[in-house]
Amino acid sequence: MDFIVQGFFQSIRLIISMDEETLNVVMTTLSLTGLSMLFILGIGLPLGFALGYFDFPGKHFFRTVADTLLALPTVVVGLLVYAFISRRGPLGDLELLFTIRGMAIGQVILGLPIVVSYTATAIEGLDNRLRLTLQTLGASGTKLAVTSLWEGRFQILVAALTSYGRIIGEVGSAMMLGGNIKWHTRTITTAITLETGKGDFPLGIALGIILIAISFALNISLSFLRRRVGNS
Amino acid sequence: MKSNKRALLFITILAVCMLALSPFAYAKPPVLRMATTTSTDNTGLLDYMAPILLKDTGIEIQWVSVGTGKALEYGRNGDVDIVLTHDPAAEDKFMADGAGVNRRKVMYNDFVLIGPANDPAGIKGKPIGQAMATIAAKGQPLVSRADKSGTHAAELKLLKEAGVKDFDKASWYVQTGQGMLNTINIADERKGYALADRGTFIKYEANLKGKPGLVIVVEGDKQLLNMYSVMAVNPIKHPHVKYDLAIKYIDWITSSKVQKDIANFKLEGKQLFFPNADIRAGH
Repeated sequence: MDFIVQGFFQSIRLIISMDEETLNVVMTTLSLTGLSMLFILGIGLPLGFALGYFDFPGKHFFRTVADTLLALPTVVVGLLVYAFISRRGPLGDLELLFTIRGMAIGQVILGLPIVVSYTATAIEGLDNRLRLTLQTLGASGTKLAVTSLWEGRFQILVAALTSYGRIIGEVGSAMMLGGNIKWHTRTITTAITLETGKGDFPLGIALGIILIAISFALNISLSFLRRRVGNS
Repeated sequence: MKSNKRALLFITILAVCMLALSPFAYAKPPVLRMATTTSTDNTGLLDYMAPILLKDTGIEIQWVSVGTGKALEYGRNGDVDIVLTHDPAAEDKFMADGAGVNRRKVMYNDFVLIGPANDPAGIKGKPIGQAMATIAAKGQPLVSRADKSGTHAAELKLLKEAGVKDFDKASWYVQTGQGMLNTINIADERKGYALADRGTFIKYEANLKGKPGLVIVVEGDKQLLNMYSVMAVNPIKHPHVKYDLAIKYIDWITSSKVQKDIANFKLEGKQLFFPNADIRAGH
């Protein structure tokens, strides 16, 4: 029991002092997940919209694929992407292995199905009269998509948050694709794995607390945003 | 639609901030990429050496620490420029296959057989071969890394030399598939024996602040020597590797000054690695 309590107090001290190394790990995590989310939303929203809005042959099949990919194990993604971006792989010359960009590929694959699937569900759930109204008003293409997505914004926000939660907390692909290189590709989760491996529990706990704090801060700010947007 | 734009703006600013804060913002020295073993990383040796390297040569080193088997695999695939490992047999094969060049000895330490203080197998101070055979015969737990690391290879060799057979599925043979310290911790929980490199064992002792559950039961045998070698990845197979930096690194780590630095690296007042780069003995 003793060492858990000790570890907890020591971790609080570590968070308050926030040395350069810990700060770098946190920053790496934020820039990695930020980059990943940019692509996840950029690709996921249009895809999710198309999947939810249009009727086309094989639509059901694509939905099933997207839903299945929700449960994709992180290590499998890590392994597959590694095979592609290793020097031996087809994309080896792009020098993506052990870089933030390489890690982002893995995270996009992990986070994308969540956004696609949830967005499609949100769009499907919209009142059909909205579509008719928009069409009557002569809206088309991008305008139609943006308005529809806007109507489903709360569910899409939840989708983005869930997706972010998945990528910020995953360790399998981050470890395999990033290599946990100090000052460069060490994220909070790979650092926790390393510190546990070194037997340094307080630092592991400290990083865990920071991870939870980031998620918490993000949730708070988004629910704040949601309230403001909802009122206006 | 005004609030729509505001939300979009907010998200964009957030994303830009995250990217701007990324650690790539400053200019970088030439980077050498190394694959190495968990024992050199977990003990803190690499953290201690990196600033010395940067000061002496202006090279920044980035390393991934995995088991020796995987480190060599990274070398074979050309994913790193240099490897620092400790499994002589696997390294021989690596060199014979033409995956590496310029292999040089760097340092050694030794493996120790650790186990519970009350020594249920009764093997304290016995020769290592006899100790391994006794553990197997008495069915005491032997916790293995089972991850193709240098330590795992050494343990398999010792078991083979002791004439122990068919242990893969034996109930006493616990295969963790994890790094050295994790494996020691598991051995501690299971009150079992384990083969460990001395450096990591000292680190484990230090973590538990003088109250370790496991102690050294066999040490000092000649079969327990643990040799570390460095190899550059063959630039003919992988033209993109930074061969010139790799050679600089090898020259650097085998120089008498840095060899002394390695000897000076201490944990809890104990020397962990013993330099042995012999300038004349080329492979």
